Amino acid sequence: MKTILYIIQKEFLQVFRNKSMLPIIFVVPIVQLVILVNAATFEMKHIRISVVDLDLSGTSRKLTSKFQGSPFYQVQSTSFSYREAEDEMKQGKVDMILQIPAGFEKRLVKESHAKVQFVVNAINGQTAGLVNAYSTMILFDYNRELVMENANPAQMAGLRNIQTDYSYWYNPKLNYKTYMVPGILVLLITIIGLLLSGMNIVREKEIGTIEQINVTPIKKIQFIAGKLIPFWIIGLFELAFGLTVGKLLFNIPMEGSLGLIFMSASVYLFVILSFGLLISTITNTQQQAMLVSFFFMVVFILMSGLFTAIESMPEWAQNLDRLNPVMYFIKIMRMVLLKGSTFADISHHFWSLVIYAVVIISIAIRRYRKVA
Amino acid sequence: MTDPENIIIVKDLVKSFGSFTANDHLTFSVRRGEIFGFLGANGAGKTTTIKILCGLSYPTSGELSVAGFDIYTQREKVKRNIGYMSQRFSLYDDLTVFENIRFYGGIYGLSRKEIDARSKSLMERLGFENSRNKLIRDIPLGWKQKLAFSVAILHNPKIVFLDEPTGGVDPITRRQFWDMIYEAAHRGITVFVTTHYMDEAEYCDRVSIMVDGRIAAMDTPDNLKLQFGAPSMNDVFIKLARG
Repeated sequence: MKTILYIIQKEFLQVFRNKSMLPIIFVVPIVQLVILVNAATFEMKHIRISVVDLDLSGTSRKLTSKFQGSPFYQVQSTSFSYREAEDEMKQGKVDMILQIPAGFEKRLVKESHAKVQFVVNAINGQTAGLVNAYSTMILFDYNRELVMENANPAQMAGLRNIQTDYSYWYNPKLNYKTYMVPGILVLLITIIGLLLSGMNIVREKEIGTIEQINVTPIKKIQFIAGKLIPFWIIGLFELAFGLTVGKLLFNIPMEGSLGLIFMSASVYLFVILSFGLLISTITNTQQQAMLVSFFFMVVFILMSGLFTAIESMPEWAQNLDRLNPVMYFIKIMRMVLLKGSTFADISHHFWSLVIYAVVIISIAIRRYRKVA
Repeated sequence: MTDPENIIIVKDLVKSFGSFTANDHLTFSVRRGEIFGFLGANGAGKTTTIKILCGLSYPTSGELSVAGFDIYTQREKVKRNIGYMSQRFSLYDDLTVFENIRFYGGIYGLSRKEIDARSKSLMERLGFENSRNKLIRDIPLGWKQKLAFSVAILHNPKIVFLDEPTGGVDPITRRQFWDMIYEAAHRGITVFVTTHYMDEAEYCDRVSIMVDGRIAAMDTPDNLKLQFGAPSMNDVFIKLARG
């Protein structure tokens, strides 16, 4: 035990003597939170549309004004040629074309049904889906208005009407910042944890001090504990710091128990640090360690559900994602912070992390050799 | 394999890396308290042997006993009784002189008191009193080497292995370094040292000369000079190395 303390003391001395460490611990989280949270948003505001109104009737103008009146849309241009509108889309000036054909009003009155066309730029499928859904909703709304206007009261009585009302749970204002902050915090401690732990042992290999340690009677487990504990403490501290910044800057909700967050974070950090340790046992230079870490980090983060919904991944990817520790912890953070989930709600994710931790540290310990 | 006279006993040590044999059936022993010079050209296999004796590397075959313990089955006991100073510099650059001593003392299980007492006397002996809180990266190479040696014997091992300890060091510091080796030997520590400098070979009680993974000669420096009819160890070495 005393031996471990000597290693921890040495690691802390080295970490804080390294001039780039303090900025990494204190400045990077703030910068990341402020930039990423504000930038990485899915909010759909200012969808630029081009209206091709070939009908020029009262009804078509009313439809156009429906779009204009919505906070999500911004009528970028109006023209009488579809070709012109299409050119604008190619140039990236508009996201959607609304085409109202000639005879729209006439047909609506005479035949009681008419058609309009939406053309949506679907380079980003997710955005396109949303744009489409919003547009359909506006059209549907307008449609209902028309029905009400034209129907006589006697008919109305017999018409059953289902009205849809929306209420968004857990994030009533649909504020993406509160959704992003917990995820970004996970990103943050993952990067710090994985890079610091992975690079640290490899650095000892590079400068040759690892040999000096390997000739001492120190036990493998003591060395590994001494190496991991300092970064574990720094990681937990980092999370506390990030949560404070998130509360102060973005006023993120903290519905659930912070104790539960830190309990899960303890296990999660253990997984990440063991992963770093494992990487350091299979690499010989800091450069190699960095590359391998980045490879895993990119895959883990892109598949973590931070930016894209896991539910919309293909099934094989979702199965593969069970090996992704980042995914579990992001889920836990969001569930506990936003929904106020209790241990019973997150227990599946929590135990998955525990199993993960046990497996990874066992492999890492086996791979770490005092004797070559 | 305890032997009252010999502290290191090596029988038929073989170490091969694929088809390359770095140590080809080495057999030798080192006596308690002597300064044993382990000489050889670059790539002759010296570092390989030292690493095996220190428990850093597995031998391919052979019987080895170090400090009375078997290298295969009592590795941790061997490690408790040896000190090692590698070719590569082994102190932490970003820690101070005292912090390095405290760290290595700590992982060898010395108590806080022992660490304080030993580091104090060590720094007095080296004349480092004023450099206690200097970072290692800020002190000259010669000092670093002397400090690395002192740290390697901080826990009073029975044997200390020195792998080219004086590489890149000026002649005066080299001389001082050898004074420290004598002092350690005087305290009863067996010294196993590899070197390129043939004048240093003259300071050893016995030397072995390795050529291409085999021991080509082993005796006292005086006997070797006599045997090869050479005026200095330098000439003995050149005669042997040229085959």
